[in-house]
Amino acid sequence: MSVDLPTLPTPTLQSKDFASDQEVRWCPRCGDYSILAQMKKVLPTLGIPKEKFCFVSGIGCSSRFPYYVNTYGLHSIHGRAPAVATGVKLANPELQVWVITGDGDALSIGGNHFLHAIRRNIDMKIILFNNQIYGLTKGQYSPTSPLGQKSKSTPYGSIDHPLTPLSVAIGAEATFVARSVDVDIKHLTMVLERAAHHKGTAFVEVYQDCNVFNQGAFSYATEKETRSDSIVYLEHGKPLIFGKNREKGVRVAEGNRVEIVQLGGDVKEDDLLFHDEKTPEPSLAFLLSRMRHPEFPEPMGIFRAVERSTYDESVTKQVEAARAKLGEGSVEKLLNSGDTWFVN
Amino acid sequence: MSTATLEAPASSNGKKLENLETVVIRFCGDSGDGMQSVGIQMTNASAIFGNDVCTFPDFPAEIRAPAGSLFGVSGYQLCFSNHDIFTPGDDVDTLVAMNPAALKTNIGDLKRGGTLIVNEEEFNKGGLQKALYEANPLDDETLMAKFRVHKVPMTRLNRDAVEGLGLSLKNADLCRNFFALGLVYWLYDRDPKPTEEAVRAKFAKKPDVVEANLRALRAGMNYGFSTESFTVHYHVPPAKLSPGKYRKITGNEAVAMGLAVTAKLSGKTVVFSGYPITPASDILHDLSMFKHFGVKTFQAEDEIAAMASCVGAAFAGELAVTASSGPGICLKGEAMGLGMMTELPMVIIDVQRGGPSTGLPTKTEQSDLLLAMFGRNGESPLPIVAASGPGDCFTMIQEAFRIATEFMCPVIFLSDGYIANGAEPWRIPNVEDLPRLKIDHLATANGENGEYLPYKRNEKLARPWVKPGTKGLEHRIGGLEKKDVTGNIDYSPKNHQHMTNTRAQKVANIANYIPEQTVDGPANGKVLVISWGGTFGAVRTAVQQSQAAGKSVAHTHLRYMNPFPRNLGAILKSYEKVLVPELNCGQLSLLLRNKYLVDAKGYNKVEGKPFLVNELVSVISEFHG
Repeated sequence: MSVDLPTLPTPTLQSKDFASDQEVRWCPRCGDYSILAQMKKVLPTLGIPKEKFCFVSGIGCSSRFPYYVNTYGLHSIHGRAPAVATGVKLANPELQVWVITGDGDALSIGGNHFLHAIRRNIDMKIILFNNQIYGLTKGQYSPTSPLGQKSKSTPYGSIDHPLTPLSVAIGAEATFVARSVDVDIKHLTMVLERAAHHKGTAFVEVYQDCNVFNQGAFSYATEKETRSDSIVYLEHGKPLIFGKNREKGVRVAEGNRVEIVQLGGDVKEDDLLFHDEKTPEPSLAFLLSRMRHPEFPEPMGIFRAVERSTYDESVTKQVEAARAKLGEGSVEKLLNSGDTWFVN
Repeated sequence: MSTATLEAPASSNGKKLENLETVVIRFCGDSGDGMQSVGIQMTNASAIFGNDVCTFPDFPAEIRAPAGSLFGVSGYQLCFSNHDIFTPGDDVDTLVAMNPAALKTNIGDLKRGGTLIVNEEEFNKGGLQKALYEANPLDDETLMAKFRVHKVPMTRLNRDAVEGLGLSLKNADLCRNFFALGLVYWLYDRDPKPTEEAVRAKFAKKPDVVEANLRALRAGMNYGFSTESFTVHYHVPPAKLSPGKYRKITGNEAVAMGLAVTAKLSGKTVVFSGYPITPASDILHDLSMFKHFGVKTFQAEDEIAAMASCVGAAFAGELAVTASSGPGICLKGEAMGLGMMTELPMVIIDVQRGGPSTGLPTKTEQSDLLLAMFGRNGESPLPIVAASGPGDCFTMIQEAFRIATEFMCPVIFLSDGYIANGAEPWRIPNVEDLPRLKIDHLATANGENGEYLPYKRNEKLARPWVKPGTKGLEHRIGGLEKKDVTGNIDYSPKNHQHMTNTRAQKVANIANYIPEQTVDGPANGKVLVISWGGTFGAVRTAVQQSQAAGKSVAHTHLRYMNPFPRNLGAILKSYEKVLVPELNCGQLSLLLRNKYLVDAKGYNKVEGKPFLVNELVSVISEFHG
């Protein structure tokens, strides 16, 4: 759902207005730089004064993010950012709240808060920087690392079956789910913009390259030679077509699955799967989230964007309803409620 | 104790009516028998009549343990008196036992010569077996000779009373507790009107249930009136409490009311985040009814989220509070540390219960004091306050928020299962006399060059509290060590030392902003008894009895646990010996010995029950020598 955001009477903000005075300390060529840059590009376009933004993060490389954005920001503890952000939003619903997290932060130590923020549909944006590795602790495998991945803690290869973040979010009935990749600047900007305008929990997974501990984990999705065969862009109301010459498509097959087909010949565009991000039932989005490299091209874009009442809005409504029904709370009445008696 | 025989009113049916000063009654039965419910009714009736009351609800952790089992027994003890009382009483004057298991687990507390009322029909083969009785104790003449025994066929009499209302036998039997209550009402000359009104209000939509309970209550009263089994009944005149308007209050109710009042009088929103846990859940329940006071309640997905969302709400500029018990407080530790490090105001309520681990969920204990003091990583001192009784919870929860907002730090509020569920009459305060928080959100930059300095401190070492949304004061804080004044990340050695010292000094300074400690009894002498939290009533009563017996003994009761009141050291030095009774293995003793190098001796108990006055009197006597 799109929200009408207020137009500012003040001069329009620019990207540089959102730069903080802190030196950015990520490793050179870290994918985080690009995400930060796109974020600073998107924020001034939203028509929201910068004092109305609050960035909340957990622990990990990505979680340093709030220090580099000149808004209100809280660098919290490992895994708890969605819970901290819930408190921020409950106390101060006027703020636009962004949660910056990573694959270990959101899906391992913070899995519970991640699920519950999403199911409540609290109005916050959760941006998960997925690099399939623990970077800040120097290279252990994460809950999104593929089977067999060798890391400091898995010298013989990982035997942990990985989670697919989007499937988890959709399973928790997220109202907005999207994926992009750090170096695809235009696409990332578009996705962040869409997330910003969504009312409710907007979950965005960004494939992010950790060039120190897991370099090239997503090269299939970023390199020119492989990209067009490895990803498929989702566009609402349009068929899923990919390939260097847009010669391949995705079709729904029997047995609740999808298949790749060659266009031309018997297969027409109309036979393909048409994306519908607004369908209330999350099954289509879930099916798309199951398309994993290398069997399938991985979808990029908005998987799902539906409307549902937000938790913070319901909290406010209940408070208003209680006031309408019972009147403004009276201390005098409260203290004297129940059975009372006098002692002379 | 019997003081006089009164002229018997018509309701006595020619039976003697004797005046008593203090009575202790305990209702006990299966956890499904409604013992808590009738206990509360009699507490209300006695409080409204004007007695001082003090209660001790004691129930199992199992919601519906197998019927008739020993571990499923639920009890409610009530003391009512014509004078000030501070405890629910040691020995029981009248014991109502609804089944053999209740008799077995409670008979040991009944006074010799006390009144025993049993539902004799439950003393059948099955009931006796479940209570692991080999023979019917009611046939044990030696045992029964110690008491005034009334074997009442309650099940049958109650069924007769509600006959014709079309209730199933099961539903009819659910009223047996009111039959027992009626009998006790006759025995202690209680006016049933408040109870009748409460029943009508509670079951307004179920007229048959109202009628059944009222009939059961009346039938119980009539049974006492007419049968020859009861030859005497008793009257406890009203107490001479300080003049004023009173109501009954439990500790958890007082906390919830105190928070609603804080929200309203400070014009702030109270954001309460909690996760269900015994015995703290009632605070969440009560507060969720107070939304019109500006209270937002959030049932979080776990204890960690409850604490973390408090940090978020505090950062966002509102009054954040969470409540839990020991196991939950353990889980909150890391996020409490974040609150401490970011120096944001919030209150953490710990309604202590028996531990460790899951421990004794429904029983009381004072064993989280050291957890509150030290239960976080790193050097992370937090202010701690502890309520001394149900009514004091109202005062101290407001005080906790005063300290939190004045000094910009999380404050731990300690309660316990005993005061959380226990009830006492509470003199309703005047609204004008209640404290108002002075909250001053910084609205303009505090730096010399027009910049905002999040860790620039005032004379109390408190940093400013900025409400996000304030233009020009955007800033970032977090759990990493920060540079003083600017709040930027800084790991340098000297800075960490300085910040650690500053955070500790800030908490220590609070001693200058809390009342001095007072003493009940001589200002110096042989023995000082020092207590804290929910043991106030038992310790105060025991010390006063010891004083009356001529002992040189004084009592001081702590409500500020960190920092201690500034004159506590001087008080401790004014007595030859220091005795510290605690429902733990010596936690306050340890702190006192460490800080004041005083040879404090503990009297410690962890049986899941409060202290008895008699036990403390003998401990004091022995200690005094």
